[in-house]
Amino acid sequence: MRMRNAKRGMRNRPAGAAGTSTPLRSGERRPGGEGATAWCCTGLSFRYPGAAASAIDEVSIEVLARECTAIIGPNGSGKSTLLRLLLGTLEPQAGSVGFSGRPLGEWSRHELARAIGVVPQREEEVFPLTVRELVAMGRYPHLGRWRGEAAADRDAVSAAMRRCDVAPLAERLMDTLSGGERQRARLARALAQQPGAFALDEPTTSLDVRHEMGIFELLRALADGGATVLLVTHNLNLAARFADRLLLLERGRIVASGPPAAVLESQLLERVYGWPVRIGQHPGPGADAGAPQVVPLTNRERAGAERLQPGANSTSRH
Amino acid sequence: MSRTRSAAPLLLLALVALAALALSVSVGAVAVRPAELVRVLAGGGDPATAAIIRELRLPRAVQAGLIGGALAVSGATFQALLRNPLAEPYVLGVSGGAAVGAVAVTLLAGPARLPWLVPVAAFAGAAGAILLVLRIAASAGRVMDTRVLLLAGVVAGAFFNACILLALVFADAESFRSAIFWMMGSVSGAGWGGTALLALYALPVMALILSLARPLNLLALGDDTAAYLGVSLQRTKLLAYAGASMLAAAAVAAAGVIGFVGLVVPHAIRLLWGSDHQFLLPASALLGAAFLMLADALARTAAAPTEIPVGVITAFIGVPFFVWLLRRRAA
Repeated sequence: MRMRNAKRGMRNRPAGAAGTSTPLRSGERRPGGEGATAWCCTGLSFRYPGAAASAIDEVSIEVLARECTAIIGPNGSGKSTLLRLLLGTLEPQAGSVGFSGRPLGEWSRHELARAIGVVPQREEEVFPLTVRELVAMGRYPHLGRWRGEAAADRDAVSAAMRRCDVAPLAERLMDTLSGGERQRARLARALAQQPGAFALDEPTTSLDVRHEMGIFELLRALADGGATVLLVTHNLNLAARFADRLLLLERGRIVASGPPAAVLESQLLERVYGWPVRIGQHPGPGADAGAPQVVPLTNRERAGAERLQPGANSTSRH
Repeated sequence: MSRTRSAAPLLLLALVALAALALSVSVGAVAVRPAELVRVLAGGGDPATAAIIRELRLPRAVQAGLIGGALAVSGATFQALLRNPLAEPYVLGVSGGAAVGAVAVTLLAGPARLPWLVPVAAFAGAAGAILLVLRIAASAGRVMDTRVLLLAGVVAGAFFNACILLALVFADAESFRSAIFWMMGSVSGAGWGGTALLALYALPVMALILSLARPLNLLALGDDTAAYLGVSLQRTKLLAYAGASMLAAAAVAAAGVIGFVGLVVPHAIRLLWGSDHQFLLPASALLGAAFLMLADALARTAAAPTEIPVGVITAFIGVPFFVWLLRRRAA
């Protein structure tokens, strides 16, 4: 918590250092330390074969190292596509992506796996697999095809399982776990990679409050420990509390980026999500007091709000 | 599974394979007692018995063992690549494609000429078959859909069977009788020469696939996850598809189409010891060898003096097993 307080102070960085306002050419390296770039992309465009519109349209962003960045936006706005472009599993039709100052194309899969731990949105084990076996797969980028597991590898696996609270489940089969336990095991696999950056696609979807908070707390702790965290999420309120920076996507374009208080603005969100919202403040206690919280209104409240606006279509019988 | 933990089960499976070999060379029209077998293998014993064992039963058993191992490793590899526990060279139509290649070169070049070319032609047929099956499955929707993939395999297999029958109808009567050989599989023609050729093709490819054990573990979680964990997808998949097809092709070139070994054996290993390919692949090779040596011993002796094609035995065991697996997955 103390760490997070310190971090929160840094979120009021001058706007000049913020994500999209200073696009860099990929390959350009910033001096290390605070403000160094993890991901950087310019003019990124991607269209799925046969699709009418681009899934990602001229996106230029910069994801700063040692920060937690959340990509938010409605369903189908291109969040997962953007993440996959940044991870090199999709090839952009235009634009370029760089990681750590090097174009993504110059990285081998092996090198990337040592640098970035990924928790994909969906994953299905077709063969029975224990939690320990799954987490140990995170050592592959360090072991390669031949080298046997050394003490350091086993330690990394054990430490990752302890940190994600799955150590007691080590010998359980993955398909016997609950959704929350499975997700923690996958996160443990990413930790076992011992990367400097983490990328997660909706890591808390379908998890209950306790498991969801557990994962966000862990991601925050990773960022406070100096890791870069990039996640896609639908939970605006937890993103507002735990992320240093938000990227808001609408139909493949970045429409806002910056600290949560700057992005979570009611008129913007109403337009992007097509639903009336009110922005409140986290009541506290704790480090999150005052963080912006998005409260979706109901349809009736929207109708009421529209009646107050002159010229708005009224559904009233009067 | 760690290396130390997997050593004991592998040793056990090696002993099982050796026991299957001993049993396989002992049974038949002339039953050989264990003591006599030891004498013969040591270089002594009754000359007639020694000849039967050394020139007939031993090469046949060794060939059955190699084929069983190759088919089991091929099946385990296809299962990992396609993320489908029901994938197997016979079910996928790969063995059928290999048979078409082998039959074609045998008819064109004449039997017993250019024997080393038969596995190569079979490989071309097998590679064509897997490309065709993946293409059919892709045009019907998702390649990884179990039902679509199996259907594509069955359709391709039926097509290849028709090709073989057609080719053999227009061949001479002697070749026509070998249709049974190509379509049901048999190791009855095994000699040391063919066995050595099979070993030459199959053993290096098995070693290659063994070297892909870790990437195959990761591929079983899906392409994206494997890539995120550092697997170079194209290279790994190309090597694994080519290797698995080559193993099936080498087996078919030697003994025709023997089905279901690649299904039954890897599943038995997974049920007993889990699915780590570093263990699964060598264990499948050993158990596959034992399985087919025993199946061939049964094929020789069950209706003696008539021989049953060994593919009939493996199908009688494999088909109920396949249905059981299908029901278990659906549940």
